[in-house]
Amino acid sequence: MACDLDRLGEAVEAVVRRARAAGLDFFPLRFELCPPDVLYTFGAYGMPTRFSHWSFGKAYHLLKSQAKLGLTKIYELVINSDPCHAFLLESNSLLENTLVAAHVLAHADFFKHNWRFQSTNRRMLHSMSAFAERVRRYEERLGRGPVERFLDAALAVAEQIDPFPGPRPAPQRDLPLFLLERAPELADWERDILASLREEALYFRPQMETKILNEGWATFWHVRLLRELDLPPAQAVEFARMHAAVIAPHPHQLNPYRLGYHLLESIEARYGRERLFEVRTLETDVSLVRNYLTPELCQALNLHVYAQQNGQWQVAATDWTAVRDLLLRQLENCGLPYIYAEDDNYQGRGELYLRHGYDGVELDVTHLTHALRHVHHIWRRPVHLETVQGGRNTVYTCHGEEVTSRVL
Amino acid sequence: MADLPFVISREDWSLHRQGQMDQERHQARIREAIRANLADIVSDEAIIASDGRKVVRLPIRVLREYRFRLDWQKQPRVGEADGPVRPGEPVGRPGRAAEAAGGSGAGDEAGEDWFETDVPLEELEELLFAELSLPHLEPKQEPHLTVLHHEWRDVRRQGLYANIDKKRTLLEAMKRNRLAGRPPLAGIRREDLRFRTWDEAEIPGASAVLIIMMDTSGSMGTGEKYIARSLCHWMVRFLRTRYERVKLHFVAHTTEAKEMDEESFFTRGESGGTRCSSAYEYALQLIDRRYPPDRHNLYAFHFSDGDNLISDNPRAVALLRKLLERCALVGYGQIETQPQYLSMPYYQPNTLLTLFREEIDHPRFVTALIRDRSEIYAALRAFFPRPGAGERGAG
Repeated sequence: MACDLDRLGEAVEAVVRRARAAGLDFFPLRFELCPPDVLYTFGAYGMPTRFSHWSFGKAYHLLKSQAKLGLTKIYELVINSDPCHAFLLESNSLLENTLVAAHVLAHADFFKHNWRFQSTNRRMLHSMSAFAERVRRYEERLGRGPVERFLDAALAVAEQIDPFPGPRPAPQRDLPLFLLERAPELADWERDILASLREEALYFRPQMETKILNEGWATFWHVRLLRELDLPPAQAVEFARMHAAVIAPHPHQLNPYRLGYHLLESIEARYGRERLFEVRTLETDVSLVRNYLTPELCQALNLHVYAQQNGQWQVAATDWTAVRDLLLRQLENCGLPYIYAEDDNYQGRGELYLRHGYDGVELDVTHLTHALRHVHHIWRRPVHLETVQGGRNTVYTCHGEEVTSRVL
Repeated sequence: MADLPFVISREDWSLHRQGQMDQERHQARIREAIRANLADIVSDEAIIASDGRKVVRLPIRVLREYRFRLDWQKQPRVGEADGPVRPGEPVGRPGRAAEAAGGSGAGDEAGEDWFETDVPLEELEELLFAELSLPHLEPKQEPHLTVLHHEWRDVRRQGLYANIDKKRTLLEAMKRNRLAGRPPLAGIRREDLRFRTWDEAEIPGASAVLIIMMDTSGSMGTGEKYIARSLCHWMVRFLRTRYERVKLHFVAHTTEAKEMDEESFFTRGESGGTRCSSAYEYALQLIDRRYPPDRHNLYAFHFSDGDNLISDNPRAVALLRKLLERCALVGYGQIETQPQYLSMPYYQPNTLLTLFREEIDHPRFVTALIRDRSEIYAALRAFFPRPGAGERGAG
């Protein structure tokens, strides 16, 4: 057995004691060791138990094949719940799992303290598995076809939630809510699916908004805590190698571990440990970058803007304001478009009119046409979406299968 | 550690199957997409040329999860690098993250509705051949079959694992290992597996003979030959899934017929007039000499552009009738990739297709008109219609 339970217990105990002494305050942790296939499942579903859908099967297959090719290795999965559940790979070495445990308890501290997580459902594990059970029953009762069709449709709109719903959420900024309140012909089971997917999206949303901060926080702490363990030389080298892999740059993408870790390191260096805990509580990725990205950091991480010029991708700018501004734009709304529901009785015919809040980046047209069909499946009457294409205001209309567009 | 807020446990996950099950749901969606695109797939050059390769790469529709998405493809992005970079320095831009099953394909750069996936050739053929069937089967030498039952029982390379034929599988493994000079039990491979199927008892055990005739006179260009070759490819693959052995004969004809090997048959061009009766005559002689119809499953196909010497027509029809007395199926495929007749409204084409359709009304005679690659699949279905599909002739 790669990872002995007793020895892992001792190692985690040492890490937990040091974490508490350093001021981390986390939900009780339940670590479970599991085989790789199970971890890939959780990775694909984002949760140990979730409704069945082909898209999760696709993600699972992808993770499994990438792992087989050595492209990715999932070390852990941690669930925002109280107690906090974390799944470790049983084939990991003792040191790997010790590092992962240190990483995980920083996540658990983050979930407990970051402001965006204050209203999340800490019993989401149960809600999701209850929903999965209901979907199973719908499939038994109605057949898989119609349930899958509706899941496809509901998944297409579920992300379009209002992340800051306040006391009275505005339905026009929350597409699934708007559809729940106004779609004229939803069956009870469809209503349940749409509402549950919306709940799931609300639950996952803070994690999307704090990816850099949360991973940076966990990485910062696994470094601190493992350094304190006084590892023997061979393990110290293994640890250094693992950490280097975690924060290696990803060409043409942003490695959130790398950016977050370096941001937090520089915050500690500039303002001290106490400010670090404030940052963990008060920021999201957007505010973290806005408040703390510096020219020095930009240069140290070789951050740059790249763009297409004459059919070639090349570095367009390296100055930090350009990088920061573009980064903020990429992080805005988690990189999703704003879609507003404007009219549920367009032209007096019960048609749905949506508007894309265009801010310089156009919608992907392939996705747009299919997504409109999905909205039509829920609304069951013509659906319109106004956006900007090629600099001109354009309305796409879906009558069912067919999607047409016209320039205004 | 009782005072510390953590526990570590190890559960039994052996029954955890959700990922696997949903992966199968996804695979089923891929199969639906393949089935919907079979017509494009069967005419794909890469697949026909892939003979022997185990996996083909297919462009597949509809497997993306559609959402409202911004199109970042043409937008500037923030990147990070190992070392210092300067404005103007080129950076490669990868496609979107691989979305395909199997982590293989990517390339939907242009926002296309497709992505590529690797499909095992066997799986593709299974899907394709499920849409086809062997028509007009007559049991051949039934007493003989019983004797040969053990040897010719329907044993396949694919099937349910519950139905593994252990003996045959072991035998195959031993055979392969011995041939490679290894000890007989040096491991069993996928290719050794043999499965029993009991539900298709009407499948003949023995062999099939396929006589493929083609007009190789000047008018059959490379395009026409490509279509003939595609059809032959799939017919042979199809028959091979039904019969233990498929014997092929390639008969080229102009005014005279001659047999040649497959390669020359599909590549060599000749000129001269056309007398298709020469090919039919050759086929009849071949059958009478070597393949008594009561002991063989005979299939004869003829491909031409429809041109024939008018004086030869009566003889061609008469010989075709004789072929029909002997064969399980006679197919005639007319390949007209240059629709010269269509552009001449007053010209009533005097093609073989018209002639045969007028003269021959026989349940085992099937004709198909193929005007371009996209009609290859329809022709295949016309030749091997599934019962109840109710199709006859694709043209």
